[in-house]
Amino acid sequence: MKKIASLVQSRQRSVRIAATVFLAPVIIIMAVFIIYPIVSTFSISLFDWNGISKDREFIGLENWKMLIHDRVFWFAFKNNLTLMVCSIGIQIPVAIALATFLDGAGRKVNFFKVVWFLPLLMSSVAIGFLFSYALATTGGIVTTISQSLGGGKVDLLGRAPQALYAVISVVAWQYIPFYMVYFLAGYGNIDINIYEASIIDGATRGQYFLHIGLPLLSPMIKSACILSLIGSLKYFDLIYAMTGGGPGTATELMATYMYKLSFSHFKMGYGSTTAAGMFILVTGFALMMQTILKGNGSSNDE
Amino acid sequence: MNNSRVKSNIAWTVAGILAVFWFMITAIPFLFMVINSFKGQFEMLQKGVFDLPDSWFPTNFIGVLENGFLSYFFNSVILLAICLTILLFITACASYPLSRMKFKLRGPTYALIVACMSIPIHVTLIPIFKMSTVIRTYDSIFALIGPYVAFAIPISCYILTTFMTSIPASLEESAEINGCGKFRTFFHIILPLSKPGLSTLAIYNGVAIWNEFAFANTLTQSRKAQTLPLAISAFKGEHSMNIPVIMSVLVLTVLPMIILFIILQEKLVRGLMAGAVKG
Repeated sequence: MKKIASLVQSRQRSVRIAATVFLAPVIIIMAVFIIYPIVSTFSISLFDWNGISKDREFIGLENWKMLIHDRVFWFAFKNNLTLMVCSIGIQIPVAIALATFLDGAGRKVNFFKVVWFLPLLMSSVAIGFLFSYALATTGGIVTTISQSLGGGKVDLLGRAPQALYAVISVVAWQYIPFYMVYFLAGYGNIDINIYEASIIDGATRGQYFLHIGLPLLSPMIKSACILSLIGSLKYFDLIYAMTGGGPGTATELMATYMYKLSFSHFKMGYGSTTAAGMFILVTGFALMMQTILKGNGSSNDE
Repeated sequence: MNNSRVKSNIAWTVAGILAVFWFMITAIPFLFMVINSFKGQFEMLQKGVFDLPDSWFPTNFIGVLENGFLSYFFNSVILLAICLTILLFITACASYPLSRMKFKLRGPTYALIVACMSIPIHVTLIPIFKMSTVIRTYDSIFALIGPYVAFAIPISCYILTTFMTSIPASLEESAEINGCGKFRTFFHIILPLSKPGLSTLAIYNGVAIWNEFAFANTLTQSRKAQTLPLAISAFKGEHSMNIPVIMSVLVLTVLPMIILFIILQEKLVRGLMAGAVKG
């Protein structure tokens, strides 16, 4: 009996050793490049520091007080929220519509599918630069179309309210193909028998979509919403390349604001505070979503 | 019956019109980019943006390629090769115990790794910048390896652990009965069987690393170290008024992806979608 127990123990120990060895590289790299930097960001946020000089002044929570009263930061956060609401509100419905069209029309519209997919192949930075020219007042696409129809120049990126919506449209242009392919895969996973059964029972395509396709897609719609939500709060590349947050602070996001503070103005102490603030907000939203969706899930199960 | 057919016809017509509309929204910016990349600087200003260029000779492209574009390209290629090699190996190692061994801390470890998925990279930017100046990797592609690999780990572990869980346990058990240790089991059984999962990971992370901008912009400064996403702003700095040159740089940065898409097709699409499976 004792021998068996010790055998089990030695087996458990060998599993523990193997697991530790296999997991060590990943844990070490994450500790060095993710966990330690986060802790370090929080500690730098307590200093007044330009990032270059050796001496930095400990100022306690001064930076955090400043952040709480920083109009630009909260305006940027509001822009993040606008982007989030618009992204979920535009991208996901349009993507579902496109995927439904492709699913219904079948192979004969493959050409549409390939072209609709194209933006996914471009990097965010490239898209940002492309549209900074494509939406410009001189030599831009929208102005050219408006002039050929007899209208005047269209200034989309130069003035405050419309600049944000122009940027949000470009973000939609970038991400709709992603969700389109995602939902198309979802339609592909629906059992063909379900479709056939519903058609035999006399359902039209529209009825099939509303009563069968969409409900079966709903778990995917949920995770698309989470992805879009977290993504909108972290958004950076495209806007940094396209408008740099401007004009003024019209298209500023938390990430672009943090980046400019730290690496253009070299206020690394305060930059760290904004980064830490951003981290708290993003994590808070992520946790909130998790709890809400978990709550939903269990109520569905009952 | 007739009524419903009319209805269905109307529905398809409306859908068709909307489809063509979205087709134009997607295609026009690409058209704008390609047409103008062949024009001369003043040709673009004098003519309409959508008029065809005088000549389709790739003057701008040759100029861009001769002025150091290839150095950005090769930096990206080398960096990608290093990062993917490290990433695939260590995430495969980590996913093995997370998917197929029983030990006390498995649940918490896995939860912790996966939870890191939602961390914004900006919260690590300043310390990593500082770190790169301390260990003297600043302004070289080696500064980017650590953060690229680290931030790719959570999603990769998630995908690969899910994949490895689906490998039947009987193979591993019979190996163990025959006296095969954990390490040999991993290298001779689990790793070869994980190839489809690894190729998905390579595509997903490859594209993400190829396009990464924030770290690259922070940790590199000179052309000898900069990657492809930075080429655009570098050329923009030199030719800010010459829009056709910038358009040709944009075309050249998308081209590798388009070629990859033609070669891999559905496989690339599946790889790009890999990040969305989490929920």
